[in-house]
Amino acid sequence: MRILTIFSLFALLIIGAGLYFKSSAILNENNLWSLISGKEWSPLSGQFGFRPFILGSIYVTVLSVIIALPISLLTALFLTENTKPWVTKIVFPVLDILAGIPSVVYGLWGTLIIVPWIADSLGPRFVDYTSGYTLLAGGIVLSVMIIPLLVSLFIEIFSTVPKDFKDASASLGATRWQTSRLVVLRKASPGIIAAVVLSISKAFGETLAVLMVCGNMVGIPHSLFDSAYPLPALIANNYGEMLSLPMYESALMFAALVMFAIIFVFNAVSRILLQKVEQKFKL
Amino acid sequence: MKFKFIEEKIVNLLMILATLIVFGFFASIIWTIAKTGFPSLTWEMISRLPGGGFYLGKEGGILNAIIGSLMIVFASTVLGLIISIPVVFYINVYLKKTSRLAYFTRLSFDVLFGIPSIVYGAFAFTIMIFFGLKTSLLGGIIVITLLIIPIFVRSMDEVAKSVSKELLDATYSLGATKLETCKVVIRQIAPGIATATLLSIGRAIGDAAGVLFTAGFTDNIPGSPNDPVATLPLSVFFQLSSPIPEVRERAYAAALLLTIIVLILSIAGRLITRRFSKNRIK
Repeated sequence: MRILTIFSLFALLIIGAGLYFKSSAILNENNLWSLISGKEWSPLSGQFGFRPFILGSIYVTVLSVIIALPISLLTALFLTENTKPWVTKIVFPVLDILAGIPSVVYGLWGTLIIVPWIADSLGPRFVDYTSGYTLLAGGIVLSVMIIPLLVSLFIEIFSTVPKDFKDASASLGATRWQTSRLVVLRKASPGIIAAVVLSISKAFGETLAVLMVCGNMVGIPHSLFDSAYPLPALIANNYGEMLSLPMYESALMFAALVMFAIIFVFNAVSRILLQKVEQKFKL
Repeated sequence: MKFKFIEEKIVNLLMILATLIVFGFFASIIWTIAKTGFPSLTWEMISRLPGGGFYLGKEGGILNAIIGSLMIVFASTVLGLIISIPVVFYINVYLKKTSRLAYFTRLSFDVLFGIPSIVYGAFAFTIMIFFGLKTSLLGGIIVITLLIIPIFVRSMDEVAKSVSKELLDATYSLGATKLETCKVVIRQIAPGIATATLLSIGRAIGDAAGVLFTAGFTDNIPGSPNDPVATLPLSVFFQLSSPIPEVRERAYAAALLLTIIVLILSIAGRLITRRFSKNRIK
């Protein structure tokens, strides 16, 4: 048992080291900064610039969080503070199922509903032409995927706020929204930040759904209606050819390493924050 | 009326709206998948291997993907349980509550939980190249096991943490060894284990990015662990990229099948939690 436990501690280290080892070939030839900030992507001539992909990933992720955050916050507040038990009894299973639906199904839904909607009704109002396979589509699909995670985390965090605080606020004549805004949200703010960071790392690593709806054109997107090419999609799309070109494998492994590093930091920070929050209220 | 009451009304409305939006998304997904999937979900689909010219819209089914998914999910769930139960016991029964090792183990599993499956896939791929393995059933099982161990450990640990200290002390006072105490604990966390298993099966069956690298794809049922294997999500994904409408319709049907499996798992999870909870001592 001890061996298994200690081994699992090293699992993270092994994964990081393995990816670094594989990407060391490309890191030896180019310096780190030129890889990350380079714009040129042409594997045939040995040019590997990851900027379009990293930016694509960041844009899609940020967009999804912007869409999902207000919806999840309001839903979680509604479920914890404002509503009757029978509503939560209906909503919880729905969230459970949403959390369990595989990403390929989300991707399918995105291509059948969101993409045509953007191409036919939303897009033409703002731009001349859009295929629908856009940054916006990726953001919307991802936001639906992270809403269940955010809501369940928020509910957990809100329920750690002691009831005495809320009662005190109510006895001073505050309405429920005033209590929520001035007591619950304020007390839970570190937890909210942690939950958001956690959902960012989930959205950042999501592969198949974004691969299916984002369009995958190499280039930095300039508007919501441009197509994007996030990092995970890059890896998933090209794994087949990666052994055929020099440095290509190394480049893709570098992409995996970048994702690993970013998610590692985000996750560790948010988990430590969440634990602090829990301890603070447990007393 | 005072401003704060108007504000309260507006926010209340917004909250209901937000909840309805979540519902709307849910309904839209289920409706879309059901509407597009049902017409082409036939018995032939789930009971036959892909025939000649299957990917051109000819006859055949996706039995290869169904069996492949089941094989991977079953093997990795068993492996995952074997590895994660000792870890959960170790950090909860053998180590003290304030132990540094337990803290860091929990933290590292929390982080592992967040690592996306494509990174696991890429990592496993490098290991497989290192050992000279090809894309195979074995590779798929390894990746999915890696992927679900954190889910197992985290959700079982959540339940095991809440087992009361008095209960453990009571078993020790009767002269039980730590191993015997584990037998008592396992009764307490049985519903936790059950839900954790269902949760990981759900995640394992739906995961595509991890097996994309490692399991390959084939039209046959694998005969040995070294053969490549097809999986349901990848079958959806590949058929969806086809230009032929008949093939795309099969992708819809396969997606419906996948969704139905996930729905059943989720409902079963709720029922099991309710049933097994009767042995719990609060």
